[in-house]
Amino acid sequence: MSDKVTLTIDGQQVTVPAGTTVLQAARMAGIEIPTLCHDPELTSPGACRLCVVEIEGMRNLPASCVTTAGDGMVVRTNSPDVIEARKTIIELLLANHPEDCLTCERTGQCRLQEYAYHYGVKGDTFHGERKQFPIDDSNPFIVRDMNKCIRCGKCVRVCEEVQGRSIYSFAYRGFDTIPATAMDTPLAESECVFCGSCVSVCPTGALTEKMMHGVGRSWELEKVKTTCPYCGVGCNFDLNVKDGKVVGVTSNAEAEVNGRALCVKGRFGYNFIHHPDRLTKPLIKKNGEFQEATWEEAINLVAEKFKEIKQEHGPDALAVFTSARCTNEENYLANKFARAVLGTNNIDHCARL
Amino acid sequence: MTNSIHEIAGADFILAIGTNTTETHPVLSLQIRKAVKEGAKLVVADPRRIELADIADVHIQHKAGSDMALLNAMAHVIIEEDLYNKEFVKERTEGFEEVVEAVKECTPEWAAGITGVDADTIREVARGYARAEKGTILYTMGITQHICGTDNVLAIANLAMLTGHIGRENTGVNPLRGQNNVQGACDMGGLPNVYPGYQRVDDPAVREKFEKAWGVKLSPKVGLTVGEMMDNALAGKLKGLFVIGENPLISDPDSNHVIEGMKKLDFLVVQDLFLTETAELADVVLPAASFAEKDGTFTNTERRVQRVRKAIEPIGDSKPDWEIIQMLANAMGYPMNYSSPEEIMKEINEVTPQYGGITYERLEKQGLQWPCPDTDHPGTRFLHEGKFARGKGKFHAVRYVDPDETPDQEYPFMLSTGRRLFHYHTGSMSRRAEGLETVYPEEYLEMNPQDAEKLGVQSGDRVKVTSRRGEIEIPVRVTERIQPGLVFASFHFRETWVNKLTNSARDPKAKIPEYKVCAVKIEKVS
Ligand code: SF4
Ligand code: SF4
Ligand code: SF4
Ligand code: FES
Repeated sequence: MSDKVTLTIDGQQVTVPAGTTVLQAARMAGIEIPTLCHDPELTSPGACRLCVVEIEGMRNLPASCVTTAGDGMVVRTNSPDVIEARKTIIELLLANHPEDCLTCERTGQCRLQEYAYHYGVKGDTFHGERKQFPIDDSNPFIVRDMNKCIRCGKCVRVCEEVQGRSIYSFAYRGFDTIPATAMDTPLAESECVFCGSCVSVCPTGALTEKMMHGVGRSWELEKVKTTCPYCGVGCNFDLNVKDGKVVGVTSNAEAEVNGRALCVKGRFGYNFIHHPDRLTKPLIKKNGEFQEATWEEAINLVAEKFKEIKQEHGPDALAVFTSARCTNEENYLANKFARAVLGTNNIDHCARL
Repeated sequence: MTNSIHEIAGADFILAIGTNTTETHPVLSLQIRKAVKEGAKLVVADPRRIELADIADVHIQHKAGSDMALLNAMAHVIIEEDLYNKEFVKERTEGFEEVVEAVKECTPEWAAGITGVDADTIREVARGYARAEKGTILYTMGITQHICGTDNVLAIANLAMLTGHIGRENTGVNPLRGQNNVQGACDMGGLPNVYPGYQRVDDPAVREKFEKAWGVKLSPKVGLTVGEMMDNALAGKLKGLFVIGENPLISDPDSNHVIEGMKKLDFLVVQDLFLTETAELADVVLPAASFAEKDGTFTNTERRVQRVRKAIEPIGDSKPDWEIIQMLANAMGYPMNYSSPEEIMKEINEVTPQYGGITYERLEKQGLQWPCPDTDHPGTRFLHEGKFARGKGKFHAVRYVDPDETPDQEYPFMLSTGRRLFHYHTGSMSRRAEGLETVYPEEYLEMNPQDAEKLGVQSGDRVKVTSRRGEIEIPVRVTERIQPGLVFASFHFRETWVNKLTNSARDPKAKIPEYKVCAVKIEKVS
């Protein structure tokens, strides 16, 4: 058996490794198929059926995310039947979805909204019953509004498959099915470690970052990819910036070390940046009290004192504590400063701690 | 780390010793979970029943400070049962005979007496590691923060060399570095004995190279470590200290000793984001910009150099550390005129062989793992392939010693210290991150139910903990996760200033203080 298969998708010949799904094959050929429950890093339940396609010789419309590409397959991703099926799925989802897109935090990034727009579904075909789940904002980090949940199950799977925690499982039956914690307690009372992975995969406004509520619309936020200032794993993420302020942290799927995964410190520990305690002016102690000073005063004073000590007691009476928190460039300069400027090898940092 | 973070997932046997990975390196711990899911055997060796132990095949709950006995007994079993990798030992190592000699007496039964671990468990773990195809050892401060820290590391290296579990993908010896750029600070010469790239200050050829690069005469004398600086300050020999982004009052052992040392200085300058406990003692405080306000690079625990990017302007009149250092150098008459961190990196490329090919242009696309000697080099995922950096791998005969302090009548408990998931280091950042502080506002002392009963305390009760160096008050949390006789707390909180208790006795080689164990007494506060 060959390890490659060739199939035709929307008239285009595509050759892919055996075992590839039709969805992946389409994406490799640059053809977009909408998905809600599929995630490339997680297992696929084939649940939402939004990714259906037409395959010649198959009777029903199979879900492309769980259908393996076969040699000689002829696939159509946008036939009238396919479009119709997708519209119905979206209409059903909208039928009992709250209509508060105007104020929803996910607006602009919501998959449901995006697909409704794309397929021209207005949400007025079915008028379903609205859900009445209380909102869980018991913890400082994650708001759960299960009225907006479309039951894609990604939060359940990411928590189990990536985080190994299994905080959520589907609870209740039928119409009321939602991902819930054991005994449906608020998240704050569960074993959740607030890594926020579930928030990063949720396609709708059902799970959102509490601290980012009201700070700005997704399209107003500038994203700057950087490296976490906490532990040595070196996760990368996007700082979200608006009007010169860091207003949030979101995953960057391209992060080499961590992908979208972060821990609570990286994802939710950024508030110190704009904390009112931040030092904003040099301080010089006079008679036991700190007084604000200009940079010139402070730098000159330090330089004078260091020179004085060096002259009187020799360079080894001086020392530098450099920092495991500063950048490489800064550590390099601190090392150069100690050795070339002060003239001592007395430089160390808290590596041993 | 000799390997990369992602390689952990491909190991078939993981020994995680002295690392509470799910709390201290949360995202890295996901790779361990992945390996376990794919069938790897996980052995966790930790005196506490840490979370990782819940998914382990074997949890070795050895006595705090007895790691060496455990490691040497493993070596004993591997040699005794002829499980060692003869080809690897012959081709790639030297000093095998010395190890054979050193561990001859270290039977699992002997180790059982010291570690409290069943001899057969030690045998089983040693066999599992030796027979694995891709065995890897992960460790952190649980191994190094002891008076025998360096020897512990050598004992781990012995095991890896005996079995040949090094120098291949997925298999190696992997110390997980704690702070975001502790690797980079070491790489960049933030150490008293080496210039950037671990080039020794007492090597004349190296010194000459740096004298030429920097245009000044340089001192051949190895400098002082952090602990020695404090000793010298107390002795009146160290007069001036420049502290950049550190808070040794909280982070260093035996805080009272540190405070006295700092007070004795003629002149203390502290450069930080906040008025930390250390900054409060300073003569001059310089306001530094945070990571969000500057460009630069950090190097993670797998030697990967990655970009830090400026997202906002510095807060108030604060400035990035590199600018401040440059201003100071100029004021002292040594000209520095870097226009950006990128320009500093260019100089680093020239003088640091491992960083020779790490340029901002390349980093824009992806991180690079050193050694990366030139711009055509793709970086190095794992070290020691085919050959050790120093040629042949050297075995070291290392022997068990008791911790500097062991419990006695007056101080009957062992105290061990570490970190928590929700906080970081001295808390100067994490304790100002609102949510983290809400979820974890207060530290507590973990204590076994047996001990709690003896002391008549329950979770939430406050106790006074006293060591030979100081005392603190702290609430208790009673938990089975800790063994009788041992108590544990993190050092993040000034309200429960744990480092007032810890021992500054240091490993004579690496000068790492023995944080992990000291003797204390505990009394209920009524
Ligand atoms: S925050 Fe993390 S641990 Fe908590 S439920 Fe979400 S994925 Fe699970
Ligand atoms: S909460 Fe979000 S991720 Fe979870 S099932 Fe609902 S829509 Fe999907
Ligand atoms: S996000 Fe968490 S695991 Fe990742 S680098 Fe930051 S502190 Fe470490
Ligand atoms: S994305 Fe394929 S079934 Fe949901």
